[in-house]
Amino acid sequence: MKPWQRALIPLVLFLVVAGFLFKGLFLNPKEIPSPLLGKPAPAFSLPRLDNAEIQFSPKEMLGQVWLLNAWASWCPSCVDEHPVLVAFSKANIAPVVGLDYKDTQADAQRWLDKGGNPYVVTVMDTDGRVGIDYGVYGVPETYVIDKKGMIAYKQTGPVTEEALRDTIIPLVKKLQSEVNQ
Amino acid sequence: MIPEIGHFSLILALLVALLLGSLPIIGAARGNAAWMSLAKPLSRVQFLLIGFAFVCLAYAFATKDYSVLYVASNSNSKLPLAFRIAAVWGGHEGSLLLWALILSIWTVAVSLFSKHLPDDMRARILGVMGIISVGFLLFMLMVSNPFERLIPAAIDGRDLNPLLQDPGMIFHPPMLYMGYVGFSVAFAFAIAALLGGQLDAAWARWSRPWTTLAWVFLTLGIMAGSNWAYYELGWGGWWFWDAVENASFMPWLVGTALIHSLAVTEKRGSFKAWTVLLAICAFSLSLLGTFLVRSGVLTSVHAFATDPRRGVFILAFLIVVIGGSLALFAWRAPTVGRGGKFDVVSRESFLLANNVLLAVAATSVLLGTLYPLFVDALGYGKISVGPPYFDAVFAPLMAPALFLMGIGPIARWKEAPLPELAKRLRWALGISIALAIILPMMLGNFTPWIGFGLFLAFWVLATSVELIYQRLRLSNLPLLASIRSNSRSWWGMVIAHLGIAVFTFGVTIVKGYESEIAVKMAPGEVAHLAGYDFTFDGVREVQGPNYEASIGQIHVSKNGVLRTILEPQKRFYTVTNMPMTEAGISPHLIHDLYASLGEPLENGAWSVRIYHKPLVEWIWFGCLMMGFGGILALTDKRYRVKNRNKSIEHLDSKVTAVTSEVKA
Repeated sequence: MKPWQRALIPLVLFLVVAGFLFKGLFLNPKEIPSPLLGKPAPAFSLPRLDNAEIQFSPKEMLGQVWLLNAWASWCPSCVDEHPVLVAFSKANIAPVVGLDYKDTQADAQRWLDKGGNPYVVTVMDTDGRVGIDYGVYGVPETYVIDKKGMIAYKQTGPVTEEALRDTIIPLVKKLQSEVNQ
Repeated sequence: MIPEIGHFSLILALLVALLLGSLPIIGAARGNAAWMSLAKPLSRVQFLLIGFAFVCLAYAFATKDYSVLYVASNSNSKLPLAFRIAAVWGGHEGSLLLWALILSIWTVAVSLFSKHLPDDMRARILGVMGIISVGFLLFMLMVSNPFERLIPAAIDGRDLNPLLQDPGMIFHPPMLYMGYVGFSVAFAFAIAALLGGQLDAAWARWSRPWTTLAWVFLTLGIMAGSNWAYYELGWGGWWFWDAVENASFMPWLVGTALIHSLAVTEKRGSFKAWTVLLAICAFSLSLLGTFLVRSGVLTSVHAFATDPRRGVFILAFLIVVIGGSLALFAWRAPTVGRGGKFDVVSRESFLLANNVLLAVAATSVLLGTLYPLFVDALGYGKISVGPPYFDAVFAPLMAPALFLMGIGPIARWKEAPLPELAKRLRWALGISIALAIILPMMLGNFTPWIGFGLFLAFWVLATSVELIYQRLRLSNLPLLASIRSNSRSWWGMVIAHLGIAVFTFGVTIVKGYESEIAVKMAPGEVAHLAGYDFTFDGVREVQGPNYEASIGQIHVSKNGVLRTILEPQKRFYTVTNMPMTEAGISPHLIHDLYASLGEPLENGAWSVRIYHKPLVEWIWFGCLMMGFGGILALTDKRYRVKNRNKSIEHLDSKVTAVTSEVKA
């Protein structure tokens, strides 16, 4: 590489970053198709947050439509999401299972003590292994899983009231009305 | 009336800044001495105008003028005066005004302490700072006017965010901004040098003290912020890898690299293009930090208003300033000479390696901070990467940097034979490995992580001791004279490095040995942690100026002897309806005892968190040492005004002459 080409590198890098920053100004969270859609939810067995000696596996939820919500106490977007989930859980529409992603037991418990606990059960994915199986880009992410254990929908980013009202709740109702074969 | 005068003063300041950003630079290009000489008076007038506008806004706050929108949004009649003044920078508009004010202070400082600079260089430096000032003043006047009226006036203000109602608010933002904005001086020097085509040792010598001073402010500013978070947020943490913390940390990392690279450029004439690039990057990261905080593109506890117009404006400004300077760099840097040659094993190459590590660390922090934004921009939703990423990436990059930090000052310039280095360092290596194993054993918990952290802390300490010992022994002078025979900038370097050792030691110990419990406590109940008995005496209600507080009392004893009383508070700010935690901390050199109140439960019981944090204060003490090292380096005699006291100068030079003879 010639010296003048090398000297241009910082400028080019900066312009790429600036392009992203520009786009970032006009963004809203939106859902994306996940390669796992329509596929069985990956199996796992993880310790529960409230009692690490008991393991939880998605098999226990077979026959129900349920939500798997990946969250963490260190995640700022989860702060926005949390009250929405708490309200959703109080409406008794579908159970939400928490996947506490790369977190510590103490921090997570403090989080739930402080903001309320919307989860029927929370499991600890301390090293993020299960997160990899599910293709978690970061937290929060939420999966809707049907009675047969298939992933029906994935929400990347926080679950908002609009997302619940327009997408998730109608989908959950539809899945619940399907006959269990 | 006063707010209008302030507003008008800002408009005048913009006009002055436009002149400052154009005439002196054009004058320097054309060799027009009259235009160049405008730079000094214009900088001073600009400072007076912005300073006056700032005073006007502070006056509006002090006199509770709720017909000003910004005052009504960030203040309240019950807010104490000190916080009403600090509330000037408590919101978006006012903190921009503080930014502009501090920039004008730095500009005046350069105009005052630049007698030794060539006229064209000074004109260009002040001109570049004028251009930056134009951007910020325009931004304020167009989309973020702090003097905007609220008609009809509010009866009372909405109050300052309770999180900010803390003595930390009075010091932390101004310190941090002094650091952030201070890098504009190094930036302006670099751009001036690129424009004038004189990238030489003299340029490095001139910009060094300015860079060090900005770095000292930034170090202390970050320290104050971290300490504030520690007692205010009530989680016992001191660093959260929050986007805005990162925004202040990235310029610090690059600024640290810049200080070291400037030293090489001054002493050896090497790394010139790299140093210029670092100077541009340090300030660019400061600007980027401003963008991240002000535009609301990232979620953060520090985020102010979200207004896309503001974001677009700052981004456009960013592209002009950073893009423009990098384009200038691309155009001029290839013509810069290479400087002195050096061996693979030499102080230059150690410093270069450290520079690269610091730059890579800053890049990885940048990547982690912007990754959620990239993912979002590509349409994958809003997510966080958080501390797991930063911890995993940052520590492995800093470990070799600390290791090299021990070797660099001992290695010789140009070439440092490996056998000689190894011989000088074997004791330091042996002692630090031994201590890193023995100490955790004594403390009863050895993990590889703790051992490694302690090794790095002891390594920096041991190599510094070795360095001092050799220097003092070689001089063959009486102790006091031999201490004096080494320059203050050398001592400053040593103390700053020891500060890193103290910091690393504190971090390792607190991470490795801290303990905490969360308990439900009724009055009279006792909790046990780390050999201490914490007795909860109950909670009393106290009325603050603009809040209601529940103050808990916990008396701490060990073996029946009362040690201290902790008074954690839970405050409820009545105007903003926000609860706030004030931790009760008993700070101590050896350990902090820390308690915070959770929620009230039935029968006068409360949920309480108690922490035992060994050596946590060392983290901030280490930062203070770094800052002190920087200040010591700044008072080095070559920076002191030349003709102040001839006789002392004379004596100093005699001592130096003697010692240099001895060294030779």
